Amino acid sequence: MIYLDHAATSWPKPPEVLKAMADALERAGGNPGRSGHRLAIEGARIVYDTRELVAEFFHVGDPLRVIFTSNATHAINLALSGILKPGDRVVTSSMEHNSVMRPLRRLEKNGIRLSVVPCAPDGTLDVDEFAKQITFDTRLVVLTHASNVVGTVLPVAEVAAIAHQHGALVLVDAAQTAGAMPIDMATMKIDLLAFTGHKELQGPPGIGGLVIADDVNVGEIEPLLCGGTGSRSESEEQPDDLPDKFESGTPNLAGIAGLQAGLRWVVKRGVEEIHGHLQEVNQALIEGLSALPKVKVFGTSDSRRSTAVTSFTVAGMRVSEIGLRLDEGYGILSRVGLHCAPAAHRTIGSYPEGTVRLAPGALTTMADIEQTILAIRNCIRP
Amino acid sequence: MITYGVVLFHTTSAAMRAEKLVVKAGYSVKLVPTPRQFSTDCGIALRFEWNHQHKIKAVLDQAKIECDAIHLLGNEDA
Repeated sequence: MIYLDHAATSWPKPPEVLKAMADALERAGGNPGRSGHRLAIEGARIVYDTRELVAEFFHVGDPLRVIFTSNATHAINLALSGILKPGDRVVTSSMEHNSVMRPLRRLEKNGIRLSVVPCAPDGTLDVDEFAKQITFDTRLVVLTHASNVVGTVLPVAEVAAIAHQHGALVLVDAAQTAGAMPIDMATMKIDLLAFTGHKELQGPPGIGGLVIADDVNVGEIEPLLCGGTGSRSESEEQPDDLPDKFESGTPNLAGIAGLQAGLRWVVKRGVEEIHGHLQEVNQALIEGLSALPKVKVFGTSDSRRSTAVTSFTVAGMRVSEIGLRLDEGYGILSRVGLHCAPAAHRTIGSYPEGTVRLAPGALTTMADIEQTILAIRNCIRP
Repeated sequence: MITYGVVLFHTTSAAMRAEKLVVKAGYSVKLVPTPRQFSTDCGIALRFEWNHQHKIKAVLDQAKIECDAIHLLGNEDA
């Protein structure tokens, strides 16, 4: 089997991840931050150590500004609902996933003003065009770091510099890039970073986070959920302390332990090295696909401006048919359709049919890519 | 007999962070259930040897860890 659906979730998970999760439940099964016995303390230690690792990984000084959520969608909702008030202006791109678009469209009904800046058909963003939409009354700029449909990396740092000149905050959806390429929130001037654990960070599903930069005033962010935190239990009001303000309810201890092991796996291999490898296999994929008859490859042809996500269609064939043939005939697992990103598919011109998406991972080999290209060649023969 | 004190924190995360830094600074401490006489919070507190009180406070201040309070716990067998 050749698994090329890492943009949906990475597979298989490193054995260390499974072991860490089992170990967390077996050895440290207490409720972190609630009870004071040894099992609860061991649990709290796992959670805290993971916070430190995440903060270090994304270059944030204060580990308490790492807020654990269930996934990137949860983190994005927390940021959007927590920051935006009726009348606020938000600027985003047309390459966003529905994890950004849907909460924004809902908030639009409640009175926020939304501007969606079109990207080019290859998914790239013109910084000057985008900058025109960032006005003095813009509260927030939301950008995907890289498209989940075509992999195109958006110029986050350039946009952030402009946004800050206008006093706007910058929220980045790093679902596709966390663990796949280096992210330095301090250098890139990202105010809020939403990530998920189960993609290139190699962790399990059900754990993600919102990382808040050191200089962001958290007093201006409202919690999405209120409830028990294990702290200030005498009060019926939600505490202001970090991370508790944003983390009500029992945390996903096993998920956090798995995320920690996944992060360690990435750090050990080196995120730069992983990034280099992904670019190499993705370039081979783009070149191999582009040489096939009847195949249209979407996105930028320059893999240096892209994460390892490539979309294509074949003239005269349904994407679902290609996906099924690849799975049943060759054991090659892809994802077909609209990838929860209708705006992105409209931008690249593949709406409503969608595309076949191939997303290699850190352990995908060049041989996997060669076999895939051969299989696709066979699939599209009349 | 050792005389102990406890540092109380607003959050478990702060207690975990404090424990790491204080241990790194070379002091022997233990996370214990928050003594009920000092707080109605659930969760944990950092127990330390009372004669290190000022040095431990300095470590916490330097790392800007906000602590709720520091209390004398009394004598206990080591």
